[in-house]
Amino acid sequence: MGWKRGGRQTDGETRSIDRNALGIGIATGAYALSFGAISVASGLSVLQTQTLSLFMFTGASQFAFVGVIGAGGGAVIAIVTAMLLGARNSLYALSLGPVLSPKRTAIPVTALLTIDESTAMALRYDQSKKASRRAFFATGISVYVFWNIGTLFGSLGASALSDPGILGLDAAIPAGFLALLWPRLTGGSSSENRKMWALAVTSAAVALVLIPFLRPGLPVLFSALVAVAASLLWGKTSRPIEGA
Amino acid sequence: MWASILIASFGTYAEKLLGYLLPHHMLERESIRRMTGLLPVSLLAALVAVQTFAVDQAVAIDARLLGLGVAVVALLLRAPFLVVIIVAAASTALIRWLGWLP
Repeated sequence: MGWKRGGRQTDGETRSIDRNALGIGIATGAYALSFGAISVASGLSVLQTQTLSLFMFTGASQFAFVGVIGAGGGAVIAIVTAMLLGARNSLYALSLGPVLSPKRTAIPVTALLTIDESTAMALRYDQSKKASRRAFFATGISVYVFWNIGTLFGSLGASALSDPGILGLDAAIPAGFLALLWPRLTGGSSSENRKMWALAVTSAAVALVLIPFLRPGLPVLFSALVAVAASLLWGKTSRPIEGA
Repeated sequence: MWASILIASFGTYAEKLLGYLLPHHMLERESIRRMTGLLPVSLLAALVAVQTFAVDQAVAIDARLLGLGVAVVALLLRAPFLVVIIVAAASTALIRWLGWLP
């Protein structure tokens, strides 16, 4: 079975891709349960919550959108925050383009399924285009299905409660953001992780200090400037090392 | 509310489409790549801070902070996402029920 490495994909490889895709789908489905519950607790209806999962379909942006709405930040700030968080999907699509080479008619669906998980799987199974494509679509479809089922159960469950605060759902929101942030703080090399921690702590501090002075939602947007500053600063200092 | 949901959904979908439709060199600049990689770290960290401490436009310490601490412990123990959320919510609810923190 291993002798076709780099060539056509084998049955064993297909099975392993599908199995991983299913596992990732189930895991994100569990996460969607909490999204559905938090969204309803933030004031969205079950149908509005489902619309986000069906069409926005990118977890961090969805969490941020309902978080800002729930905090009273208003529509414009919620939209901008969701889009800033979704900007990384443009880069995913960009690197996936040459790998998946979707036909023009397939681009709308390919774009919808372009998220953290499907991108990571497509780039992981890069031994052949066919394997990449299989990994991307198996993961994308699996996550899409479980994400939407999880959202529905979560929102229906939460809408049956009278006061979400009793269940500590307001504390589930920052815990959810922290869980999304965690891999970015711990997943790199130790010097990379140190930089990410410094960036995260500075951004959190900037947002905290601004809370009394700006309307809800805006302090988070201002923290984006810390990322801009960091990328300018680290771009200058790290370029010669990377080039060497 | 519906309008903002549809606009936000369309906007984030358009971001995904953009990567497939635009010519490569437009998004491939190293500075843009680096910035898009750092943005989620800043925004998520700020969201953690604000959602833990803010009550409207005031900063307050309440049971949510304990919930966040429990979430950190769960993450250090490599607990899965749903477990992190549940222990954070449950510990917050418990502390409120005991009346130790608002």
